[in-house]
Amino acid sequence: MQDYLLILIGTVFVNNIVMAKILGLCPFMGVSKKLETAIGMGFATTFVLTLASGASYLIDTYLLGTDLFYLRTLSFIVVIAGIVGFTEMFIRKTSPVLFRVLGIYLPLITTNCAVLGIPLLNVQERHGFVESLFFGLGGALGFTLVLVLFAAMRERLEAADVPLPFKGTSIAMITAGLMSLAFMGFSGLIR
Amino acid sequence: MLSAILVMAGIALVLGGVLGWAAIRFRVQEDPLVEKIDAILPQTQCGQCGYPGCKPYAEAISKGDADINRCPPGGEEGVKRLAELLGVEPKPLGEGLEHKPKSVAVIDEALCIGCTLCIQACPVDAIVGAAKQMHTVVADECTGCELCIQPCPVDCIRMEVIHEDIANWKWRYPVIPLKKVA
Repeated sequence: MQDYLLILIGTVFVNNIVMAKILGLCPFMGVSKKLETAIGMGFATTFVLTLASGASYLIDTYLLGTDLFYLRTLSFIVVIAGIVGFTEMFIRKTSPVLFRVLGIYLPLITTNCAVLGIPLLNVQERHGFVESLFFGLGGALGFTLVLVLFAAMRERLEAADVPLPFKGTSIAMITAGLMSLAFMGFSGLIR
Repeated sequence: MLSAILVMAGIALVLGGVLGWAAIRFRVQEDPLVEKIDAILPQTQCGQCGYPGCKPYAEAISKGDADINRCPPGGEEGVKRLAELLGVEPKPLGEGLEHKPKSVAVIDEALCIGCTLCIQACPVDAIVGAAKQMHTVVADECTGCELCIQPCPVDCIRMEVIHEDIANWKWRYPVIPLKKVA
């Protein structure tokens, strides 16, 4: 149990997928202009990423094995796209409200490199099935956390008196860099 | 090699099966009104109404977000039928969307640099050509939506009005003006 907790805390804070691994930057920059969209994207990613880590572990262990390791990236992409498609249909049927909130962000997840990165990292670090699930969940929670924090900051930046050359994306980039520096403070929290 | 192909084909088959099953199992009954409005719209997908296509415009109408007079390809006739369906008063086409004479896009082939930008803009695939090759418009397919004019970097596309002649003259839609009584 303690191991899983450590994985969770480790992926959310120490090895944060955006801040430490620099993955998933496109949604991080793209959908962080408003708090609501950031939360929607975060939830959608959490859902898909947890499922995708589990499914890709199963595929890697039972289907690919050691002989077909070169199919890893390809098959993971296919599986993730399939899961996203299924999730979209399922949510559309079961919860129209959630579907309206997530909306366009669900299909966008297919091209989120963090969603591919986490299953690949799972393989690299030889995680078991449950560990993979927790790694995926933790990674996604970490993604949601920084996305929401960053969106909140950007909303305030809108109102701030930013010098003209830094307005818009440039100040967002600088903020992201500072945020990444701040997240470095977590390193060493867990070995 | 063979096992790799089999594995990928297997994954694709299973996922395809699951998605196909889910598409039937989780089918969502859409608002029937949207379908009816969409059936009246001309399906040129030109985007002149300000929505990315006929379906989104139909959804906006059914939600009450958009007016019924934003569709130039549908013309007065389309507005009238929409008004009938929705039980509201028909109104003239919106500002800047007045009826224009039917026309097709023509590419000045001497000026065309083969950038393919107009091909990407065309909603009905009426422009043929390849990168660095001159493009041309298939006049029969062109709906005259003018979407290709703006992206052209060398301004070699112009709209040419189709004049009526023996070959393309058609009977007008019968218009019976109603007199207001009392």
